[in-house]
Amino acid sequence: MKTLPQPAVGSSRRPVYFWFVVPGLLATLAVIVFPWAFTVWMSLHEWKLGGTAVWVGLRNYAELAVNQRFLESIWHTFYFTILAVILPLVLGTFAAVVFHRTFPLRGLLRTIFIMPMMATPVAIALVWTMMFHPQLGVLNYLLSLVGIGPSEWVFARHTVIPSLALVEVWLWTPFVMIIVLGGLAAVPSEPYESAQLDGATRWQMFWKITFPLVLPFIVVAGIIRTIDALKAFEVIYVISSGGPGTASETLNLYLYAQAFAYYNVGTASAVVVVFFAIVVALSLVLLWARERAKWY
Amino acid sequence: MTPASSPRSAGYWRLRRWIDNLAFAAVLVVLLAPVLFVFFWVVSLSLKFDIDNTAYPPIFVPPTPTLDNFRRLFADTPFALYFWNSLLVSGGATLAALLLGVPAGYGIAKSKAHGLAVLMLISRMTPGLSYLIPLFTLFQILGLLGTLWPIAITHLVITLPIVVYVMIGYFETLPPELEEAARIDGCSVWQAFRYVALPLARPGIVVGAILSFIYSWNNFVFGAVFAGRTTRTMPVAVYNMLTFEQFAWGPLAAAAIVVMLPVLFLTVLIQREIVGGLTAGGVKGA
Repeated sequence: MKTLPQPAVGSSRRPVYFWFVVPGLLATLAVIVFPWAFTVWMSLHEWKLGGTAVWVGLRNYAELAVNQRFLESIWHTFYFTILAVILPLVLGTFAAVVFHRTFPLRGLLRTIFIMPMMATPVAIALVWTMMFHPQLGVLNYLLSLVGIGPSEWVFARHTVIPSLALVEVWLWTPFVMIIVLGGLAAVPSEPYESAQLDGATRWQMFWKITFPLVLPFIVVAGIIRTIDALKAFEVIYVISSGGPGTASETLNLYLYAQAFAYYNVGTASAVVVVFFAIVVALSLVLLWARERAKWY
Repeated sequence: MTPASSPRSAGYWRLRRWIDNLAFAAVLVVLLAPVLFVFFWVVSLSLKFDIDNTAYPPIFVPPTPTLDNFRRLFADTPFALYFWNSLLVSGGATLAALLLGVPAGYGIAKSKAHGLAVLMLISRMTPGLSYLIPLFTLFQILGLLGTLWPIAITHLVITLPIVVYVMIGYFETLPPELEEAARIDGCSVWQAFRYVALPLARPGIVVGAILSFIYSWNNFVFGAVFAGRTTRTMPVAVYNMLTFEQFAWGPLAAAAIVVMLPVLFLTVLIQREIVGGLTAGGVKGA
C-alpha cells in the first residue's frame, strides 16, 4: 500500500505484528490447548471410549491415590529418570570438553557422535532389542569377552530399568554434549592462560574455571533431559512394553495402557493431569536450581 | 602440568606431547565406540542371512554380504507404501508448520510478545500421549479416522513448536535496520516481511524445516494410535514387524536402516547448525 511512510516504532506496532501470529495461534489452540482443556474435563468423568461420560468429580484422582500399580509406575518413572538424566549429564559434559578441543577430523567425528539423537528411536530400540537377547544377543557375548557373566538385561525385573536407561543414555548424551559445547564456546581463554602460568593442573582448571562457567548450561540440559526422560515412551514401549510383568511400567506406559488398552478415558486423563503436575513441579525446582547456579 | 619455567629437555616435551595425544585419541575411541558399534551392528545384521544372524558366538563381518533382506522387505511387506505415507505425513506437517510458524516466529520476534512461545514451551512438557484421546475424539466426530489426515494434523504438535522456536531465534538475529529502511521507502509491514525479512531468513527456514521433518518422521506414538493397515507410517510399520517376526533379524535390521537413512542424511546436511546451537530451542518436539 502506498500510504505515508510510518515510523517503524510506535504505538501501532504491536497490533500489526499480532496478525502474523494469529494463524499459528489458532492452530496451537486447536491441536495443543483444546486437548489440554478437554483432558481436564475428561479427568472429572467416568468415561469408557464409545460410551457416555458420567460426572464423577475428583473420584478418578482419589482412586489413583490408592492404586498400587499407578504408585509403582511413579517410582519406576523416577528410577528411570534419575539414571537417564545423571549419566547423560556426566558423559555429555565430558564429551563436550573433548569436542571443544581442535583435532583432525573433528567435524566428522562430531557428526557421528550426534547421530544417535537424530536417529529414529523405534529403529534404535529395535536394534537394542536384538542386542539385549540373553542367548543370542551380542551384548552378552561382548561381556563374556571381558570375563563378565551374562545378564538377563530387559528380561529380569531388577535389570530391566537400568537396561532401558542405558538405551536412553545412548540416545541422548549427544544432546547434553551440544548444549554444553555451546556454553564452552562462550568461555573466555584468559583465565586458562593465567592459571597455566600459575601451574594449575588440567583437572584443577576444569573444576575451578570451566565447570562453574558452564554450570548454567549443564542445568538447562538437565531440565530438558528431565522433562524428556519423564516422558520417555518409545524405547520402553518397544523394548519391554513395561514388562516383565509391570516391572518397567512408567507413568507414560501406564497412561497408554489405561487409554488404549482398557479405554478408561477418565482414569487416563487424570493420569495425564497428575503427570503434567509432576513435570511442572520438577521443572520449577530445576529452574530454581538454575537461578542458584548463576551465582556461582 | 609442571610450571613452564622448570628446565626439561626437548625430548621430554616431545614424549610428553606424544603421550598426551595418544591418551586423547584413546578417549575419543571410548566415546565413539558405542555409537559406531550400534550402527555397525545393525548394518551387519541387515547384510547377513538369518542363519548367520542368530549364530553364537555372533558373526561380526558378513561372510557373504547379501541384499536379500532389503529385497524381501520391499517384496513381502508394503514397505514402499509406508515410506510414501511417512513422506506425506511429515512433508505435509512440515509444510503446514512453515506456513503457520514462520509468520508467527516473525511476529513474536518483532513484538517481543512471547505468549505463544510460552504456550509451546508448556506443550513440550506435556506427554505426547495426552493429546491423543481428545484429538481421537475430535477426528471421530469429523469422520477423518482411517485417513492420513489425523496423523498429519497431530504431527503439528511436533513440527509447529520446532519451526516457531527456530524462527524466533533466527529473526531476532536479523538486523532490524533493513526492514526499517524498507518501511521508510513505503513498504507495508507485510511487504517488509515478504520481500526483506523472509529472503534473509531462508537459511533459518531450511534448518527449521529439516529439523521438524526429522522429528515428525521419527515420531511413533501418533501414528501408532491413528494408523490403520494402509495408513501406517514407517516407525509404526517397523514396530509391527518386531511384534510379528521376532527372529527375522535380517529383515528387521534392514527395516531399521530404511527408516533411519533419510533422517541421518538430513542430519549431515544441517549438522553445523545443530552443533552450533542455533536449533537448541527446537530440538525434539512432543
